Amino acid sequence: MLSTRPRLRATLLRILQAFPVVVGVVVISFVLTRALPGDPAVYFAGASADQESIEQVRVAMGLDKPILQQFVIYIGDLLQGDLGQSLSTGRPVAVDLANRLPASLELTLTALLLAIVIAVPLGVLAATRPGSWVDHLCRVVVTAGVSLPTFFTGILLIYILYYLLGVAPSPLGRLDFIYLSPEHITGFYLIDAALVGDWETWWGAAKQLMLPAVTMALFTLAPIARMTRAAMLSALSADFIRTAKAAGLSNRKVLYSYAFRNALLPVVTTLGMVFSFALGANVLVEKVFAWPGIGSYAVEALVVSDYAAVQGFVLTMALLFVALNLCIDLLYTAIDPRIGFLSQ
Amino acid sequence: MTDTSSRRDFLKMGMAGASVLPFLKSLPASASGGDTIVVVTGQTINSLDLHRSGTSRASYQVGVNCYDRLLSFGTKEAIGGGFSYDYTVIEPELAESWTESEDGLTLTFKLKPNAKFWDGRKVTAEDVKWSFDRAVSVGGFPSVQMKAGGLVRPDQFVAVDEETFVIKLDRASKLTIPDLAVPVPYIMNSVEAKANATEEDPWALEYLHQNPAGSGAYKVARWEQGEQLVYERNEDWVGGPLPAIKRVIIREVPSPATRRALIERGDVQMAFGIPDKDAAELADKIDVFSTPVENCIHCLCPNFAFEPFQDPDVRKAIAYAVPYEDIFQAAAYGRGLPLYGGEKDINDIAWPRKTHYYTDLDKAKEHMAKSGYADGFDVTMSISLDLASWMEPTALLVQEALGKIGINVTIEKIPGANWRTAVLVEKRLDLHLENFGGWLNTPDYYFFWAYKDGHLFNSSNYRNEEIEELVDSSLHMPMDDPEYAPKIKRMFEIALEDLPRIPLYQPALNVAANGAEGYEFWFHRQLDVRPLKSV
Repeated sequence: MLSTRPRLRATLLRILQAFPVVVGVVVISFVLTRALPGDPAVYFAGASADQESIEQVRVAMGLDKPILQQFVIYIGDLLQGDLGQSLSTGRPVAVDLANRLPASLELTLTALLLAIVIAVPLGVLAATRPGSWVDHLCRVVVTAGVSLPTFFTGILLIYILYYLLGVAPSPLGRLDFIYLSPEHITGFYLIDAALVGDWETWWGAAKQLMLPAVTMALFTLAPIARMTRAAMLSALSADFIRTAKAAGLSNRKVLYSYAFRNALLPVVTTLGMVFSFALGANVLVEKVFAWPGIGSYAVEALVVSDYAAVQGFVLTMALLFVALNLCIDLLYTAIDPRIGFLSQ
Repeated sequence: MTDTSSRRDFLKMGMAGASVLPFLKSLPASASGGDTIVVVTGQTINSLDLHRSGTSRASYQVGVNCYDRLLSFGTKEAIGGGFSYDYTVIEPELAESWTESEDGLTLTFKLKPNAKFWDGRKVTAEDVKWSFDRAVSVGGFPSVQMKAGGLVRPDQFVAVDEETFVIKLDRASKLTIPDLAVPVPYIMNSVEAKANATEEDPWALEYLHQNPAGSGAYKVARWEQGEQLVYERNEDWVGGPLPAIKRVIIREVPSPATRRALIERGDVQMAFGIPDKDAAELADKIDVFSTPVENCIHCLCPNFAFEPFQDPDVRKAIAYAVPYEDIFQAAAYGRGLPLYGGEKDINDIAWPRKTHYYTDLDKAKEHMAKSGYADGFDVTMSISLDLASWMEPTALLVQEALGKIGINVTIEKIPGANWRTAVLVEKRLDLHLENFGGWLNTPDYYFFWAYKDGHLFNSSNYRNEEIEELVDSSLHMPMDDPEYAPKIKRMFEIALEDLPRIPLYQPALNVAANGAEGYEFWFHRQLDVRPLKSV
């Protein structure tokens, strides 16, 4: 059956190929967290703990066992789908991640969507009118986007829109305190609120999302606009465009059906990259806007050497990236039929 | 402007006007004006149970706001505005009265007969015993803190009858009674806890971590970790006067800049633990309370394990070279209390106290010349990245000053996670900054932790036989004992002569309020929401 459905076969093959990657990530994250010089037992024993109570904590955390034994225990738990218990939050890591990953994803995806809506048309326009004011605008936006750190843009936006003008809602996280968070279905507040038809909360969540999403979008639209412009320029100067023009095809047809479609490949690649680093770079935006996302979770876990939480985070990110790469590969074949999985 | 102003109106009106908001659907309030206060803080509450290992300092507030202890501290006016707990006044909380036996070894507590847990069950001596047993048995920080008051084993606690609880001590100590009023020995609903305990977890640490079961002034209405904690008033509280505020919302906002924008605009009523810089700048716009933290000193510590620091003249040279005023202004923005330029004669037992050192480079150079290191030496000064806000400017100023007397300082920054291990456990940092503060406010208690050989906060590896003896003999001695004051004064003399810790300044805890009053400082440096009122 698989031989008759090449795409399914290729997808399964891809997933199989991801296995060594995930195993490698598990091993590396385990070793690296242990290699951190901090001593979690000392940290978690608290401010005035003596040697004895530090030892008690160490035993309770299982850190007195040899490292190999700790690894075997960890793998055993992992195979049962147990990511372990976070010491700092005192909850299963899986629960923490399930709570926090949607917050980050909601923010990142909204920001990315916003960035695409602005950056792709901007890039196309800039490429079709090189040297014009659109091109210059594109250059300015791109330069500003990459050169302004996100926490700075964030604070600046808060200062102007919230503090001075008072048009933005208070930067208090995902929802202002007068709202109750919607029932947990997907963890995305916008989706959850819409599903239960609670538009009041939906609007509340959307308002809170705006400033951080704009901050992130400013940061992420730079590479997308840049890549769109470059890809469009090279596509427009290709022979087949000249042929198409010579054949008398309409400008519109040439631009969108031939040039843009060919330019899409590098843009999609960039999108994948931007998405991955945006999810990581989130942490600064999360701090400024009190966003309870996965980035600040990971940083806090790292600061206190909370092994299980750090490992769980790294593993989740790895799985996310594997899935993302798979999606992008599949997108490639949809965009450009010449890239087949058959050849592999 | 509409969003924010409508929200502020909503707060002013109380809950009555905005009946369509979802908050009200699920938390209906028969409220009049100003019964909600929103507090922002940069710290994370990671557990509702202080006894769990790994519970963050911010979580200690739950122990005070949601649970009762047998005793509590009184209130006094604080330096720097607002109020403070009063270490010298002990007030009953769950206990109605208590007596001490002649020899001071038996403490008998009568519980308030009308005290009830949130589930309506009467608070009994059995609950007190179970809670105390738990605190001394779970290990880690709670057990250490109980030990400071001489509370070590479960057999010391006896529930005589429903309302009578007895503590038997191995030796009488002035620290026992105050230690019963710190956040640790709080009373839990033992029936509810036991119903949720398991064989591996006999103390219900898992359950109480997320489900508090107390009798305190506030219940936890909602807790979303990493986001917010919502306190709701317990209308049946008997531990003290009923709080004025019905609901207090603690929101976690990590960025200080965001917190500042929120408090300045008045969208939140209180910002807890703001940086010294913000406190200094906000002081003339809104209410800012900068309470000097009792029994806490920011110190420069020369480590005796590093050879040049074994030379007393080198340590004195440093003490005269340190630019105290510059540090106080640059690191603390003048918040807190300076600790230099005092009298040399020690006439009282106040601690922290002004030392007789002050910035005098000539004197410093004299001492350097007299020492065995007249040509100077190189040393590494370590600071924690987590505490960089005060440590970094301090370190730079110390580096510059010591350079003038021939001590070449290199600054090393240590990540927060490694700091405690390096400075307190391994005690391997040659020159470093340290900020110990003792919960129990007596000088001997400070010295016990910070000057006794091998003790956790003695990061300088200091040992002095006389100090060892003085601390041991004064630690449990009543403060009105005629021998007490002379011993303490002698301790100060030796410590300020030997200088294993060079006091820089007493730090402050800064809290900004815009629409709330009644703030009270507590030694555990967390917010007591019970006395808060709306303005």
